[in-house]
Amino acid sequence: MLEILTSILVRTVVAGTPLLLGTMGEVVTERAGILNLGIEGMMSFGAVTGFIVTFTTGNPWLGMMAAIIAGALISLIHAFVTVSLRANQVVSGLALTMLGIGLSGLWGKPYIGRPLSVKMHAIEIPFLSKIPILGKVLFYQDAYFYLSVGLGILVWFVMKHTKVGITVRSVGENPKAAETMGINVTMVKYLCVMIGGAFAGMAGAHLSTAYSKSWIEGMTSGRGWIVIALTIFALWEPSKAFIGAYVFGGIFVIQYVLQPLGISPNLLAMLPYLTTLGVLLFYGLSSKGQRKMSAPATLGEPYIRGSR
Amino acid sequence: MERIEILEMKDITKSFIGVKANQDVNLVIEKGDILGLLGENGAGKTTLMNVLYGLYHPDKGHIIVNGKPLYLRSPKDSMKAGIGMIHQHFMLVQKHTVLENIALGFDEAPFFFPQRYMRKQIEEYSQKFGLNVDPNKKIWELSAGEQQRVEILKTLIRNADLLIMDEPTSVLTPQEAEELFDILRKMINNGHSVILISHKLEEITSICNRVMVMRKGKVTGTALIKDVSKVDLARMMIGRELSGSLEKKEVKPGKPMLEVSNLSVNSDQGLPIVQNLGFNVLWGEIFGIAGVSGNGQREMVEAITGLRKSVTGSVSLEGKDITNLTARDIHNRGISHVPEERIKFGTVANLPFFENSVLKKHHKTPFSNRMLMNYPNIRDHAKNLVAKYNVDAASISVPVKNLSGGNIQKLILGREISSEPNLLIAAHPTYGLDVGAAEFIRKELINCRDRGGSVLLVSEDLEELFQVCDRIAVMFEGRIMGIVDPNNCNIDGIGLMMAGLEQQNQGENI
Ligand SMILES: Nc1ncnc2c1ncn2[C@@H]1O[C@H](COP(=O)(O)OP(=O)(O)OP(=O)(O)O)[C@@H](O)[C@H]1O
Ligand SMILES: [Mg+2]
Repeated sequence: MLEILTSILVRTVVAGTPLLLGTMGEVVTERAGILNLGIEGMMSFGAVTGFIVTFTTGNPWLGMMAAIIAGALISLIHAFVTVSLRANQVVSGLALTMLGIGLSGLWGKPYIGRPLSVKMHAIEIPFLSKIPILGKVLFYQDAYFYLSVGLGILVWFVMKHTKVGITVRSVGENPKAAETMGINVTMVKYLCVMIGGAFAGMAGAHLSTAYSKSWIEGMTSGRGWIVIALTIFALWEPSKAFIGAYVFGGIFVIQYVLQPLGISPNLLAMLPYLTTLGVLLFYGLSSKGQRKMSAPATLGEPYIRGSR
Repeated sequence: MERIEILEMKDITKSFIGVKANQDVNLVIEKGDILGLLGENGAGKTTLMNVLYGLYHPDKGHIIVNGKPLYLRSPKDSMKAGIGMIHQHFMLVQKHTVLENIALGFDEAPFFFPQRYMRKQIEEYSQKFGLNVDPNKKIWELSAGEQQRVEILKTLIRNADLLIMDEPTSVLTPQEAEELFDILRKMINNGHSVILISHKLEEITSICNRVMVMRKGKVTGTALIKDVSKVDLARMMIGRELSGSLEKKEVKPGKPMLEVSNLSVNSDQGLPIVQNLGFNVLWGEIFGIAGVSGNGQREMVEAITGLRKSVTGSVSLEGKDITNLTARDIHNRGISHVPEERIKFGTVANLPFFENSVLKKHHKTPFSNRMLMNYPNIRDHAKNLVAKYNVDAASISVPVKNLSGGNIQKLILGREISSEPNLLIAAHPTYGLDVGAAEFIRKELINCRDRGGSVLLVSEDLEELFQVCDRIAVMFEGRIMGIVDPNNCNIDGIGLMMAGLEQQNQGENI
């Protein structure tokens, strides 16, 4: 029994890792007022890039780096189209999803059925990993897990306790006010979109070079959309993104545990979205909650300098 | 950075689609000057200052500081050059705390934990200049006056050489304005200079040493304050004389129109802010509410108009209970409302002028029939408003956000008054209006009363209240301190009540 529990927890944490990474990125992007629905595409793109680089160099760390850069670069398209050209953010994000999935399918084709010789292996933290249950769950994981936690805390800290955080949040809430205080709104928006892309790329590489070790088309299987739901679930707060990522990760795992018992996986796949709706409902019922629930004030709106 | 000894703006021209906001404007300001900038609504004052602040790039013309040209690509450059600006509309992030708003873009704030550093700075400056704000409050929790204080702190802390203030006193009480002027005088003695935009001639003449007047994008005159009178200034500004006192018809007040009794309302933070308030507004009278903003006026108005739930008490209109009905219901029963925050609650900023001109009645004939809007009628209505209320708009199809502040106010008032309401509730209706427009609005309020309707006028401008009201109640901390007859009382007594003293002289009571 204990073993089953441990294994469920371990897999929950593993499943939560790409969700956590993706959500942290999307939180940063949306806090700057840009809605990027292209997570699924950026993740796929990161996944294929990470896989190819790891495959050719035999070094999963290089794969990770490449995926991060790839994610940031492909997100530049979204930044250019929505910030500089002020196009509709929803449309651009959806296009980015198609593009990313398409490119990854194309480039990944030759690698189907050719597993990696090395993948990102688990790192055992001395002593701590010996703690019953928790040791296995928290201190015997691959580098992506430790990095995602570290980066998540970093994002939380930067957003809450630094000048950069104030700047980013202000740009999303009231770009005009930020501009009058000398902030380069366009640059902040570009950077935040790219940070979102970098995180999504990294999440993708986790899937293709740590979670599994072979390339499968469509391996992100909707995680990008879960990230979007998660960002809302977390009410744009990094701290809540931690909870959300592992809860949703758990739901992912439970799908496989419950499937043999005859519960349709399709039903279970709905759970993340249902949970998000539930949370919105919960907050929506009190006026205090409603205030908390509000998205960054200018989310999705283009910013035009000098207009009023 | 060297200090600003003399700053010149030369031949500044700036156009927007359809409007020449500035045409060949020249401006000079020297160290130690307080330059008053006057002009009607839409004259181009804000535009000119936005050019000086680096927010707008002029189509033509340049800026020279101490004999050297100054190129401004963005406000960052102007802040570096020692120019600070308080904008006409608050440039604050509503969901953020005072601390975060002041730390935004502030170079001296440390990278880590800027809030902690700012708290010390804010305390120091608040004490030095007597500007009290709670640094941990969120902006949306603050009254307009308090928000203005945050804006002032923001520029003071940045220690600007040249301070631009675009109508900073519109939301301040006379005392607060006086305090602000003390601060300005202190700054001038330290070698700073100030450009002050205001529609209050009184302020301009009492604090400025020079004045520049604009009309329709051009400079119509500059002068030393000691050489001109208020009458001269008004003439330069609106091109005609002001008519002075306002005519009121003799109207015998009738039965109560609006009865408010025992009303208690909570603030956004859930704390009681209006407590057991009661008063009547009679048919055919203008009932004024005086008081420093933030004493519950906004919440009271919101409770009466159905925008906020009251905790206890009742409100009735013509004897019928309307407590806590929906805003639309209350509107349909004949109460019109000119809200305090006009851009946020009075208009839909991105919609064109003509659509805004029928808000709240857009679903009724003649503006719509069943499902479809009747645009020809709507446009006609908008054109009528423009003509009747003198709204200065490039066309009736421009988004309302492109109108100057004063013209937005004219639109709202025109819209509300033209529906001939039984009761008009107006909160600070002349806030930010030039003297000509303010006079016009006051006349409209009186017209509304003369045709038998009632007006509930919330204002901080005592002069205005005395000019138009039949009775004035003074509100302090959510209670009525006393009700006076403006023809038979002195301003000092009201001042004391505004500061929280109960009415003493029984003779004044009515
Ligand atoms: N960003 C903009 N886009 C389009 N038109 C504008 C813009 N800014 C100002 N205008 C127009 O330029 C003219 C001058 O406006 P401005 O705000 O400078 O007037 P103002 O003198 O400050 O008036 P007020 O006393 O009402 O504040 C107005 O007709 C206004 O409609
Ligand atoms: Mg202005």
